[in-house]
Amino acid sequence: MSNDLGNDLGNATPPLEKVLVIGSGPIVIGQAAEFDYAGTQACKSLREEGVSVVLVNSNPATIMTDTDIADHVYIEPLTVEVIERIIARERPQGILPTLGGQTGLNLAVALSDAGVLDRYDVRLLGTPLETIRKAEDREFFRNFLHDIGEPEPPNRTVNSREEAQEYCDEVGLPLVVRPAYTLGGTGGGIANTPQEFEEIVASGLASSPITQVLLERSLVGWKEIEYEVIRDGDDNCITVCNMENLDPMGAHTGDSIVVAPSQTLTDKEYQMLRSASLKIIRGLGIEGGCNIQMALRPHPDVAEALQSHWEPDSDYYVIEVNPRVSRSSALASKATGYPIARVSAKIAVGKRLHEIPNAVTGKTGAAFEPALDYCVVKIPRWPFDKFPNGDRQVTTQMKATGEVMAIDRSFEAALQKATRSLEIGNRTLLWEGMASDAAAGQNLMAPNDLRLWAVMAALRRNSTAEELIGKTYIDPWFLSAMQRIVNMERRLLGETLTPDLLYRAKRLGFSDVQVGTLADMLPEQVRDLRRRWDLRPVYKMVDTCAAEFEAVTPYYYSTYEQENEAPPIPGDKAIVIGSGPIRIGQGIEFDYCSVHAAWALSDAGVSSVMINSNPETVSTDFDTSDRLYFEPLDEEAVRDIIDNETVGDVPPPSVVQFGGQTAINLSQSLAHAGLPILGSSADSIDVASDRQRFEEFLSRLGIPQPPGASVASVSEALQVAQNIGYPVVVRPSYVLGGRAMEIVQNASELVRYLTVATEVTPERRVLVDHYMEGKECEVDAICDGEQVLIPGIMEHIERAGVHSGDSMAIYPGLNLTEEEVDTLVDYTTRIGLAMGVRGLMNIQFVIQGGSAYRSPHSPSEDSETSVYIIEVNPRGSRTIPFISKVTSVPVARLATRVMLGETLAEMGYSGGLWPRQKLVGIKAPVFSMSKLVGVDSYLGPEMKSTGEVMGIDRDFPGALSKALMAASLSLKKGDGVLLSIADQHKAESLVLIRELIEAGCRLYATEGTAQMIQATGMPVTMITKLLSESYPNVVDVINDGTVSAVVNTLSGDTSVMRDGFYIRRAAVERRIPCFTSLDTARAAVEALLMQRGGYSIEQIDAYLQPVES
Amino acid sequence: MSTSASNNSVPAYLVLEDGSVHRGESMGAPVSRHGEVVFNTSMTGYQEVLTDPSYAGQLVTLTYPLVGNYGINPQDFESAKIRVAGFVVREHCDQPSHGRSDRTLDEYLKSQGIPGICGVDTRAITRRLRERGVMMGLLTTESPEAAVAQLAEMPRYEDLDLVRTVTAEEKYRWSAAGPVSARSQWDEDSGDEPGPRILVTDVGVKYNILRLLRQRGCEVIAVPAETSADDMLSLNPSGILLSPGPGDPQLLDYVVGNVRQILGKVPVMGICLGHQLVARALGADTFKLKFGHRGGNHPVQDLTSGRVYITAQNHGFAVDPDTLPAGLGVSHINLNDGTVEGTRHRDMPLFTIQYHSEASPGPRDNEYIFDEFLGMVKEFNH
Repeated sequence: MSNDLGNDLGNATPPLEKVLVIGSGPIVIGQAAEFDYAGTQACKSLREEGVSVVLVNSNPATIMTDTDIADHVYIEPLTVEVIERIIARERPQGILPTLGGQTGLNLAVALSDAGVLDRYDVRLLGTPLETIRKAEDREFFRNFLHDIGEPEPPNRTVNSREEAQEYCDEVGLPLVVRPAYTLGGTGGGIANTPQEFEEIVASGLASSPITQVLLERSLVGWKEIEYEVIRDGDDNCITVCNMENLDPMGAHTGDSIVVAPSQTLTDKEYQMLRSASLKIIRGLGIEGGCNIQMALRPHPDVAEALQSHWEPDSDYYVIEVNPRVSRSSALASKATGYPIARVSAKIAVGKRLHEIPNAVTGKTGAAFEPALDYCVVKIPRWPFDKFPNGDRQVTTQMKATGEVMAIDRSFEAALQKATRSLEIGNRTLLWEGMASDAAAGQNLMAPNDLRLWAVMAALRRNSTAEELIGKTYIDPWFLSAMQRIVNMERRLLGETLTPDLLYRAKRLGFSDVQVGTLADMLPEQVRDLRRRWDLRPVYKMVDTCAAEFEAVTPYYYSTYEQENEAPPIPGDKAIVIGSGPIRIGQGIEFDYCSVHAAWALSDAGVSSVMINSNPETVSTDFDTSDRLYFEPLDEEAVRDIIDNETVGDVPPPSVVQFGGQTAINLSQSLAHAGLPILGSSADSIDVASDRQRFEEFLSRLGIPQPPGASVASVSEALQVAQNIGYPVVVRPSYVLGGRAMEIVQNASELVRYLTVATEVTPERRVLVDHYMEGKECEVDAICDGEQVLIPGIMEHIERAGVHSGDSMAIYPGLNLTEEEVDTLVDYTTRIGLAMGVRGLMNIQFVIQGGSAYRSPHSPSEDSETSVYIIEVNPRGSRTIPFISKVTSVPVARLATRVMLGETLAEMGYSGGLWPRQKLVGIKAPVFSMSKLVGVDSYLGPEMKSTGEVMGIDRDFPGALSKALMAASLSLKKGDGVLLSIADQHKAESLVLIRELIEAGCRLYATEGTAQMIQATGMPVTMITKLLSESYPNVVDVINDGTVSAVVNTLSGDTSVMRDGFYIRRAAVERRIPCFTSLDTARAAVEALLMQRGGYSIEQIDAYLQPVES
Repeated sequence: MSTSASNNSVPAYLVLEDGSVHRGESMGAPVSRHGEVVFNTSMTGYQEVLTDPSYAGQLVTLTYPLVGNYGINPQDFESAKIRVAGFVVREHCDQPSHGRSDRTLDEYLKSQGIPGICGVDTRAITRRLRERGVMMGLLTTESPEAAVAQLAEMPRYEDLDLVRTVTAEEKYRWSAAGPVSARSQWDEDSGDEPGPRILVTDVGVKYNILRLLRQRGCEVIAVPAETSADDMLSLNPSGILLSPGPGDPQLLDYVVGNVRQILGKVPVMGICLGHQLVARALGADTFKLKFGHRGGNHPVQDLTSGRVYITAQNHGFAVDPDTLPAGLGVSHINLNDGTVEGTRHRDMPLFTIQYHSEASPGPRDNEYIFDEFLGMVKEFNH
């Protein structure tokens, strides 16, 4: 620790003029939008200090990769080789990895190990290398805690299964298994049985890059408390806040309901853990932010329920330290108003805490501890609504894709608001659908995504606190708060609604929908009653100081109290409806758009009012909009805010095009309530969403679409399918991300789909369309009513049938004929104008004829082609950030100004296709499958990816290899590849197989596939699919590293699918590419065949040049 | 609003001298009490706040809305009884959850006849105090209409010598188990601690000061506020600590005179009111702050080292730096408003702090100050 690189700033070392900031790459479970928020804030903060910022990130869907956030922006793969080239070119004096999550820290270690930092004399800022190792390597961490005298749970670090078994024999189960150096606890878990122990240890060792796991005495049931701490180079330390997990130890904190500040700790306990946290950050020598997790002795009733057989030697134990900005620090920042990333960045370049102004008050400094005068509740958003087969139990391995936060003056109200913010249908705390859900039969009292509702249901059935403590170990304080909610439910059920009762219910967070359900009224009637009784929420400010000082931050939450602190903003303004929690199908891309919408409004002199519930985002940063309401995105909350912002009789208009399906769903309610919407009308939205109206619309324009219809019953569906012919694509109407979308091959599958996978009723119609297997393309376009601007055309590498969010997409349409391009532009223009789009739209096309797979290496056969419309969405799509970055057209901003009434011509743009750039950009999806046990990874019409990366270069091979590299899908010469191809794809796969051989790959294949390959005379090793019968089988060759990629296609017959499941899961666990589309596999092997001079590394600006015509 | 949301709650009112009426529900004892209305921003430590003698004469509003969550326990008292005149909260918890809790907040208030009010918009009250300064108020379950007139009749906070209401009646020794009356055990108990004998003038001392001194091996004796300098010195103290306490130091000339006579003769440390008494003893002035400093998050800079400490604070008056006599220099300042947070004497063994190094409630970052004091004591007596 004596030679900390970051510790001697301002002394002998040269001043920091240029700093490289590493982003966190694609969104994956455990590393989400919070790092865009942190990184963006840090870049701005560093530039305020006069530091020139070089930024690298592979994720285009980030604000931080906008060219105006940093001085030099690189959208390039996050590898040591790439970053070394950037360092060689930019020669920064410092590198700041602590804002890029675990990815950033791991890269810093790798860069140091590779000698890059020494070679280019780059100082590591923020967290010393030693500290990264101490925090990540369990053995180092143990020694460190021992040295500073802080308690750690009894444990042992092991490097093999044998060592693990030895410890288990000594101390017994349950034991916690924590792999070293993994994201979000990947590969870890709690073992209660010998079999679980064996399995988890094996997966933990496999997922740890250093094959090391920690075995720890289980502290399940203890209170889990976190502190966010900041330290500067003068050793001044503060804690920003502490947080208490409602779900006690045993569930990953990312998968826990978390409350800030702590609720059940006395001041003595609070200060004991605070002092420990300061001691730890000082001991680690961190300059910047840090997250510390501790376990505190539980309430005696919980302790009794736990029946532990060991006597703890301490009141608390230190569990984990994240020596960097983390998801928890994003939450803490939003919960307190204290900008941790901003302050951390300034500290990293030598500022002291008291020298940094508190941007929230504008008066005080950053050297203080926020005082909260409200309660904050965070609830994770899990993907199990999309993956009903996934294992819903949450343990030490994080599974949530996102989270919501709510603020109120009581815990009950904050909890209920957070529940509303989750946007899982209309699931309030009253929901009791878990019994009929796929979770039936699981133990819902163990930590899982439905536990909150299960506990509520149990309380309604008179379960006592004692019983529930025994099953959940949740502290009695939280259970009695939930009991109070149930008590109010009973009053609302049994009593006549009076102003006093309704006021009390609102103070406990009951929504109009809940009150209506219980008091037998429509939500609108409850709203009317509230108006009559003058019961409306007031808005209070999040000001970091509990009102002690006047604050300038425009950051508000609703509550039912006396004083309103948010009078309407004077003058022109518009509401931006955000996109809520990050979930599969609605990711950070929509937040990117919301942020740009807010900026565009402000630029146009219109005050921007942001509503969002997601603490991880840039949109909820206090200085993104003119005013931020941290609220659920439901009708009640949005209408209350609009009421609060209404001056006279003129409600402000809302922008709904950027908030994904969340905002689009709200558009109908807002229109119904007579509230204005900016841009395309609710009616235009309805034309695009209503199958019948849409069909009539297109036929009027003479634009073809695959035949199909919207159906309201099973018999109707069968009739339609028979008329249009199988295979058919089926999906519920009004959904995003292809939720529950499938391709079905025959009538029996159709019946299964309509009865098991979804339901079909007149209210919940299902769309049945003929499935066309062809080249898929999409465009985003801006329409002002006079012209339609198409920034660029994206062609998908995977043919139609793979959800567009899971497809690789190429800009520009390299492999399209001129005629095809003209048709796409013509259709887009006519649709935009005829539909009355004002603002954005996204159109997906399928091209019939020609080759479904096309690339410069395999050009299309010459043949007649025709273009069909798959769908039109009159709103911002997830490709907006990508297309903005590869064309330099500020799509979201232009669209916002169009919505305000400006024309494209007035802004200097014209209609048609924007000049093609001299570059190739390829977007590749990134999945988090290794985190989701039991989920099948094959590509299909239902979206599964959590994030994306971009490869950009001057030519196709360079862009393709970078996209594959960034998405961890690259093949190397000499790789072993396992093939298991469905019969219907065998013939077509021969091209791929030849290319693999040509690229020098060794082929392994399952029985049928191997026979086919042998028949063509090409070399292949046959590997059995039968797991129990012989060695090596398919799973063995994956696990022992014989193969480093898998190609496995599916027949579409669900019964055969289970066979391939083991192959795909094994590949996922082993973290090797698993191609389930022949097209992706072809692209990967062609990248290898086309590779000539490698790839270039350039600032994003340098690539952007129009092709001279 | 009580978390039990009972139907039969009794309305209560907090009436401020600016005429504003804040309606809530009664908790604690249903009696009327007046006092200076102040706010405290600590998120934990309500039990310590209630029993801190420096809050005598005040109606204390907590800005954190959820109060009483962990009940009341037998260990965390800062004096023998509740000292606040009344307690103002957004919500009190009558189903506390903690292994050490033996009663609820409401029960505790009731048992000592102290009124409280819950369900009021404490943030609105805080903003009002921030804008207009602290003011007198009446907490009542009776008609609020008469309250404003009543308030005008009642004595003002700065006119009350509150130290007399909280100081010890006679000197006492602090044992490991707590306070021991001097009369019964004085002789027998003496000399059980080998460390320095520290005299604490109790103008409203918090137990944690005594605990921390005792933990550091001191023999700790507390004496009443009126104790004369001669009587103090006759106990042969190795050092004297002037404790925190309530009210305006201008009213305390009877203590200031004694303090003046001990300065320079033994090492002295002053905390909070003790700090103000030292300043006044040496001729400096004190003045009233608009709304004071009450909470656990105030940044204080040590001007010698440049280091910043997060401190616990509870004071409504401050020392005027422009009136400090030669020899007494400002050693610490508050980074929020630049007010004096500590002084150190150039020649005498004497330093003072405006904040609370004993914390309780609040951050424990400043306990090292006691070590500095004992270092000074050791050096002086060497």
